[in-house]
Amino acid sequence: MSETSSSRRRFVGASVAGLGIAVAPGIHLIAAQGPAEPAGASNAKRWGLLVDASKCASGCDACVKACATENGINETVADARQGSQWIRKIDLQDKRTGRQLSLPMMCQHCANPPCVDVCPTGASMKRADGIVLVDRHVCIGCRYCMMACPYKARSFVHQPLTEQNPEVPRGLGCVESCTFCVQRVDRGQTPACVEACPEGAMVFGDLKDPNSAISRRLAQVATTQVRADLGLDTGVRYQGL
Amino acid sequence: MQLVPYSRGEERFFYTLAALGGLVTLIGLASALYMEIHGHAVTGMNNQIVWGLPHVFAIFLIVAASGVLNVASIGSVFGKVLYKSRAPLSGLLCLAMLAGGLTVLMLDLGRPDRIIVAATHYNFSSVFAWNVFLYSGMFSIVAVYLWTLMERRMNAYSKPAGFAAFIWRLILTTGTGSIFGFLVARQAYQSAILAPMFIIMSFAWGLAAFMVVQKAMFAWNGLTLHPALRNRMKNLLGIFVAATLYFVAVYHLTNLYFAKQVAFERFILVDGGIFPALFWGGWFLVGTVLPLAILYTPGLLAMRGAVMVASILVILGAFCQLYVFIIGGQAFPLEIFPGLAAASSFGDGMVGQYSPSLPEFLLGLGGIGIAFTITTIGVRVFHFLPQDDLAKLEAAGHVLE
Repeated sequence: MSETSSSRRRFVGASVAGLGIAVAPGIHLIAAQGPAEPAGASNAKRWGLLVDASKCASGCDACVKACATENGINETVADARQGSQWIRKIDLQDKRTGRQLSLPMMCQHCANPPCVDVCPTGASMKRADGIVLVDRHVCIGCRYCMMACPYKARSFVHQPLTEQNPEVPRGLGCVESCTFCVQRVDRGQTPACVEACPEGAMVFGDLKDPNSAISRRLAQVATTQVRADLGLDTGVRYQGL
Repeated sequence: MQLVPYSRGEERFFYTLAALGGLVTLIGLASALYMEIHGHAVTGMNNQIVWGLPHVFAIFLIVAASGVLNVASIGSVFGKVLYKSRAPLSGLLCLAMLAGGLTVLMLDLGRPDRIIVAATHYNFSSVFAWNVFLYSGMFSIVAVYLWTLMERRMNAYSKPAGFAAFIWRLILTTGTGSIFGFLVARQAYQSAILAPMFIIMSFAWGLAAFMVVQKAMFAWNGLTLHPALRNRMKNLLGIFVAATLYFVAVYHLTNLYFAKQVAFERFILVDGGIFPALFWGGWFLVGTVLPLAILYTPGLLAMRGAVMVASILVILGAFCQLYVFIIGGQAFPLEIFPGLAAASSFGDGMVGQYSPSLPEFLLGLGGIGIAFTITTIGVRVFHFLPQDDLAKLEAAGHVLE
């Protein structure tokens, strides 16, 4: 065997060994994760939210503030367009009649969510009870879900974060959106925005339970799904739109 | 493999080129590190324009990588002798550009450190996840194809390998076009025509890139392409550029026919600021009309370096087209409430603003640096200079005057 060939073999051997050492811990970690623990969500329920836009006042942002407090969205950003907004107030005006209205917009928790369809790693997911979430540990920050969301409901974390709420992990380089305050829902509470609304314009509840307050209201009044033409079957419905 | 000895001057020039490519690559990697440490706050991207300049570079490189392999396919799959001698260079360029594009795409992720997650978690309803397979498969297939071309004992398998690469490449570019085509809610995308449009764009951009590299290699070796061969290749480039024009025209005309899309078309074609300027001035004039004029006007074509200039213009036009398509497509406000005017603190109802920052530009440029470095070294190590056997070409029916 020639000297060159033997040194090449040594080089290739060392490279492969080095690569193995570099990659093995990651593979080990993934293998060690094991099956995800059931979060207690059940498909016997489907959480939904009804917003009465006729009660929602332009200029009132109590829901937005409550969301920020509950979920630890407290960072200051140099460029407002790079800041996270899990819920926002939109002022609308009919282009022909001039009729005005205001409403909160957030993740619509679709039954057929485009964000979940397009996510390459499965980080965007829908729980059994219909809540659409992002798994912080699996999101690679590709932002494809933001391209796919018809409601502009998702934000990308553009800067390092500090002082987070331990119950609501957020992280640089990941995508995030309204979780229906899943940590509260799992404790039997309603989302922070619903609780904070001074007009009582939001009703949260189980869409599958015909006796829930939200189901009874939906059976009585005309409500709208935003971009119903897309057939996404949203969990958030609007009255007076 | 034995290296062909270079003269001292050539050797120095080779190392200068390799060092230049390496430097651009390093600057790109440093920019990515800067973006990783500080977050995307240091880029011009935001929550409305979520994909920016790095994606323009990355998608150009990936689409052109697929198209540049066309040269090899015409040789191996369709048996054209002229292109057979160009197949190895075509394969190398494909791998180099694919590597450059994918690196940029990967380093622009919010969490590039989680690449192992991307490689181990797949959601099979995602076009992105399909593309992960398509891109890695492309690397393997083209590598095998190159092997069959370069290893004499494997030559017999070059036709099936070339055929596999040809089919794979068509699926790959369908996948790239479908990244946009499958977006349900954006006015700019959600169209089935995007997949074939990306394929034809890949033909034009890939051939243009090939012509530039081929011209540079011939000049390096003091060779000139036989005028009859140059004529064939420039005609093919012209056909691809014209076909791209056709697809883009159909895409916009279809939109113009749909009342709900008229506002978007008006934005892109008339009053959207930089986007109509880049569409008409950049893609249409510089990237389409001028190259076609150069390629088909005998007076212009006779000028020195005419085909090279036309090829470079096609590439410049491609960048303009992608900028309009990717950035312009996101800048147009998402229509969440059709028929209603919307306003909010999150840019609803407003045109998205985007000013690319230096780090993201340098990251994109780094992708070109990677492709350039791989090509420069690859061409030095392997015998990839297209050698035209004029007697064989004449025997194959080419009229060489």
